[in-house]
Amino acid sequence: MRREKIFSVFFLLMMSLISALICSGCGKAGDEDVLTLRICNWEEYIDEGDWAEDEVIELDDTTILGANSMIDDFTEWYYETTGKKVKVEYSCFGTNEELYNQLTLGDEFDLVCPSEYMIMKLLAEDKLMPYSDEFFDATKEENYYIRGVAPYIYELASETTVNDESLERYAAGYMWGTTGIVYNPEEVSKDDVKHWNVLIDSDFKRQITIKDNVRDSFFAAVGILKSELLLTLAADAAEANTDEAYEAYNAALRAEMNDSSDETIQAVEYLLQDNKDNFYAFETDSGKADMITGKVVANYQWSGDAVYTLDQAEEDDFTLCYSVPEEGSNLWFDGWVMLKDGIGKDAEKQAVAEAFVNFVSMPENAVRNMYYIGYTSAITGAADDDTVFQYANWCYGAEDDDADTIEYDLTYFFAREGDENSYIITAPADQANRQLFAQYPTQDVLKRCVIMEYFGDVINAKLNQMWINVRCFNPFR
Amino acid sequence: MKHFSRKQLSIPYVIFLVLFVILPLLVVLYYAFTNGEGRFTMTNFIGFFTGTNTIGTLIYSLMIAVCVTTLCLLLAYPVAYILARSMFKRKYIILMLFVLPMWINFTLRITALKEIMTAIEGNLAYYPFLNSVIGMTYDFLPFMILPIYNALEKIDKNLFEAASDLGANSLVVFLKITLPLSVPGIVSGITMVFLPSMTNYVVLDMFYNSTYIMGSLISSYFSAYDWNNGAMISLILLVIIFAITLIAGKFEKDEERKGAVL
Repeated sequence: MRREKIFSVFFLLMMSLISALICSGCGKAGDEDVLTLRICNWEEYIDEGDWAEDEVIELDDTTILGANSMIDDFTEWYYETTGKKVKVEYSCFGTNEELYNQLTLGDEFDLVCPSEYMIMKLLAEDKLMPYSDEFFDATKEENYYIRGVAPYIYELASETTVNDESLERYAAGYMWGTTGIVYNPEEVSKDDVKHWNVLIDSDFKRQITIKDNVRDSFFAAVGILKSELLLTLAADAAEANTDEAYEAYNAALRAEMNDSSDETIQAVEYLLQDNKDNFYAFETDSGKADMITGKVVANYQWSGDAVYTLDQAEEDDFTLCYSVPEEGSNLWFDGWVMLKDGIGKDAEKQAVAEAFVNFVSMPENAVRNMYYIGYTSAITGAADDDTVFQYANWCYGAEDDDADTIEYDLTYFFAREGDENSYIITAPADQANRQLFAQYPTQDVLKRCVIMEYFGDVINAKLNQMWINVRCFNPFR
Repeated sequence: MKHFSRKQLSIPYVIFLVLFVILPLLVVLYYAFTNGEGRFTMTNFIGFFTGTNTIGTLIYSLMIAVCVTTLCLLLAYPVAYILARSMFKRKYIILMLFVLPMWINFTLRITALKEIMTAIEGNLAYYPFLNSVIGMTYDFLPFMILPIYNALEKIDKNLFEAASDLGANSLVVFLKITLPLSVPGIVSGITMVFLPSMTNYVVLDMFYNSTYIMGSLISSYFSAYDWNNGAMISLILLVIIFAITLIAGKFEKDEERKGAVL
């Protein structure tokens, strides 16, 4: 009898547990007065706190340490400044496509941080909310984003348009960078990596990885196919050496690199198919480790991951370098966007979302995130605040006893309008093609970097089919 | 306190079944036979059998699965046989040694294996097919050993003595008694290894095999927002798996009947 009773109690408990689980999915219970902000960001793309005591960034004016996670700090800061409690539901995605699928499956978020082409897709599908006018009011102190965003990034966003709407109203830049090639200078020469062609060079058969996604691989392949034309364009611009010539060059480059005509797609397909066996792997994440352990001599990499790879290798006294090929490369940025489905007409919620963007745009917080994840923040700080530049100098500035140094000019990025200061880092000479270069490319390099467009559904489908054709085993070909 | 009736006890399972098996299947079915606009279409279905990419991928997956299953069987049978016949009192310990790796997360094990293989082969990228087969064999071997071991364990020892009494040598005993009676174990081992090796593309990714198998093809369609084709390929794979299980089940029953006659 007793045993039966215990069993029934256990059974009832199980049933109630199951029903509780099911119910929690349907009903949305919770405190009425605590606002919930649902954020979805890339994995490992924000300071998660827990730094060791000695991991302190000591700058001239401030000392920066990440004791708590950025999210906890935000809720605390928001309570202190506004007196309102807010709860942040923070989740992560692995790829832009994954995020998009999550959104179509009905997951609701208020603030997400996809890459520029996905922002363009979401904007084209009318899923984004513009930031409020107050958000762009640079006279208010709490608007850290508009006061601190790098002019270069802001212009980049405003030059990028979808259906005549420019991106800067909808997206607040978070991190940005280039794509290029991480290489081992003992195996691959500096001249080899000047051209995308190195990826399919048979001298490095099975020793180079490329990216396991159609967009990055397409871009590199176009760089190989059109190498001659692109180099001529660059040479012409260099000869004229005027701002107009460079602008025209950049526009022409953008058109060529984003050429999605059927012939180009076909040519890319053949190129990748013919050279599939020349690559070590199509990878998303494993390239970093394979580079550090010396399994491969070069890999096609995003600049932030390049910084990480170079840092890790350095800890093992192993020197790696980063290069942006001369044909031109991809300039990308990730930005915070507010979703219509999440925010809706809730003005209070929009205020919290905008406050969050402003919070991560505070110079100290931008530095914390940069230190933690290795990517480059789109924030330079307000005109009277050079914390971010001090951080770059702290990272890469030469020691007094370094004999061989260079003057690395970042004025183009850090100087705001009316700012007469020049921002020059005196760095060890080898930093010109190492971490400093990966994190902050020079102005010359950015002249040959272009955004990869969002192609629209029809061309996207063609590209995806091309990618499947490359990857499938096809005995009937 | 009254007993719970069978019906009541089955409620949790029925809820689970409906929510996590039947409903998702219906969703798959819906996507497989509709196009992007939600209208009924057979193009996904026809597309699978007329596309050289999809058929090529099916062939490639089958090639991998056949190699993995054969290799597993060749490795597992002797091990299971020795274990089952072993006079060693604590043979469970030996069996445990084979099952033990399963307690460790499989990506971790494959990462370790990768390092060993790199030490042996030098550059892994030259042998993508071989490496994928080795990786999967390593991963799925316990699933082959356990059912065969169980089948061999169950065989009545008196049968061997009787056969020997009647003049059969050990080879004949093996061929006429042990092997036929272990067929159910072999069949369930094969189903447990063959099916996952057609879809487990994580192993391929980790061993840098850039060719798609069924699993990776499905996932590539999903990441390209083409749920309809992805769902259709999943459905076809499901039918193939179902057919193989049916055939295997029938085979198993036939053997059991034979065993009973014996």
